[in-house]
Amino acid sequence: MTSSSPSLADHPAALALAGRHRLRVWEPIPWVLAIALYFAFPKHLGFGTELLVTILFAISLDLVLGYAGIVTLGHAAFFGTGAYTVGMLAKHGIWNEPITGLILAAVVAAAVGLGSGLVLLRTQGLTLLMLTLCTMALLEEAANLGHDYTGGFDGLDNVPIAPLFGVFEFDPLYPTTQYLYVLAVLCLCFAFVRTLVYSPFGQSLTGIRENMLRMHAVGAPVRARLVTCYSLSAAIAGIAGGIWAQANAYVNLGTLGLDRAATVLIILVLGGYGRLYGAFIGAVAYMVLSHFLAKIYPTAWQLGLGLLLVLIALFARNGILGMGEALWRRLRATRAAS
Amino acid sequence: MIFGVDVASMLLGGVAAGMVLFIVSVGLSVTMGLMGFVNLAHGGFAMLGGYAIVQAMKHGGLGFVPALAVGFVATAAVSLVFERLLYARLYRATELDQVLFTIGLVFIMIASVTLLFGPENQPLALPPLLQGQIDLGITQYRTYSVVLIVIGIVMVVGLWLAFERTRMGAQIRAAVDNRRMAESLGINIDRLFTVTFAFGSGMAALGGGLGAEFLGLDPQYALKYLVYFLIVVAVGGLGRVTGVFYAALLIGVLDFVLKKYVPQGGTAFIYVLTILLLLWRPQGLFRGKAT
Repeated sequence: MTSSSPSLADHPAALALAGRHRLRVWEPIPWVLAIALYFAFPKHLGFGTELLVTILFAISLDLVLGYAGIVTLGHAAFFGTGAYTVGMLAKHGIWNEPITGLILAAVVAAAVGLGSGLVLLRTQGLTLLMLTLCTMALLEEAANLGHDYTGGFDGLDNVPIAPLFGVFEFDPLYPTTQYLYVLAVLCLCFAFVRTLVYSPFGQSLTGIRENMLRMHAVGAPVRARLVTCYSLSAAIAGIAGGIWAQANAYVNLGTLGLDRAATVLIILVLGGYGRLYGAFIGAVAYMVLSHFLAKIYPTAWQLGLGLLLVLIALFARNGILGMGEALWRRLRATRAAS
Repeated sequence: MIFGVDVASMLLGGVAAGMVLFIVSVGLSVTMGLMGFVNLAHGGFAMLGGYAIVQAMKHGGLGFVPALAVGFVATAAVSLVFERLLYARLYRATELDQVLFTIGLVFIMIASVTLLFGPENQPLALPPLLQGQIDLGITQYRTYSVVLIVIGIVMVVGLWLAFERTRMGAQIRAAVDNRRMAESLGINIDRLFTVTFAFGSGMAALGGGLGAEFLGLDPQYALKYLVYFLIVVAVGGLGRVTGVFYAALLIGVLDFVLKKYVPQGGTAFIYVLTILLLLWRPQGLFRGKAT
């Protein structure tokens, strides 16, 4: 390393900091692959849609968990809120236009996130964990009890969704519209999150994650930042839930359940949290594996998943992407040395 | 009079459930308080213990009480191995890593138990002595529930004495209040933790066996009741035997009464209550003054 340059602005670290928000060469790859999937596997677009929705949901979790460092076990609360917003409005004939429906889902989920965040984010550790869990369980119970509006345990099926732009029908058997629609929404949300995490706001979130006390000391409005991040993430999770309801034309209690919250957490950690593309890698790895394994050997799948989690927690805290980065760095170091 | 009897039998049922909650949760409270370790696998140890007890009775031909002892020892031994080999690596890790690790451990436990014994409920045959009704003067009640209450009271008194009157109890209390200070006074926190962890898991095993009669015992046990154990610990406060006891009674009785009178929505009430209690006293309802 030659770090003896006269001006600090030319320092490699300064250059790396100044340029980290730039687009990398490899960044279009996931999107190219997503479009390639559309043409290569027209029979698996239903699975593809589910995959894209999961990525979107995992990205929203990454914002709170990976960037702001809020450990939550109840993120499905917002996914479910979005899904039920879309489902109930359409089922009761109030509103079934898809794009504005998604905006409504985002607004309602953000409101729930803001309300609960204002209260919950005063606490930390086990208390926060329990409060997020209880909030989600409470919403699930509420959805179960209000069966006149929510369909209760059975949920709402055959939710009528108007065609996209008034032209493209959501056909459950040939989900081409759904796939492209979800892909476009994912792309927009991802662009938003990517801009956000490299903004000064995103930097302050990372600061809060690394050392909350010090951020207080430098005068950052820690609570306000956390609550803002929490409700933004809730809005994106709400969009993911809303779009899931639109693509599948049904809503059920599972959208609010601990299973979904735990799965998305596992996906994010598997891919690597706090690094934008972890959600993509994790979702693909998890969904493909579970798609083929879980249905054939459910018990072995659970055993393997458990082992994987233990191994990740013990040895590979940055997930698949983190391992890849470490490998890449080592390769470059050996190449530079030779 | 009918009303009085009704209230008495309600209270008895709820208190008996609360005792089981206490027996399972007390170990979790102490280990979380000592190390700040978020151990979501605690319900898994309760389930393993329950299975050990049922198997010891079915295939070992042991009576109920010897089987409970076997379950206690076996689970404590297994948890000791886990603690030394795995948990000990994660004491200084982030909360997220601890959560992931213990969720993974629960999955492994559930899957292994399913592979070995199948997914169905394991019936636990109570000895004839504990079946049937007992006359309490004001009301007839199930013998087993009364026995559970007695066991629970004996345990809370024993643990309270061990906590407040023995040298080791004093060390645990000191370490919960201020771990660094206790360490610098020469208390071996790691060993203390290993012992309490094993003991707490053994207690969870007893709870799993004692409660199997009305909580059931299947592989999903480890996750199904975890939220209840965590609520009890969070409400009772970390590292507080008496706090956990009161919290377990409160949750047990409320849950029992609400499920009977408001079968739809009783659970929602428990969640609301927990949220309110935790917002009011984030350190737990019965946490004493930290000195």
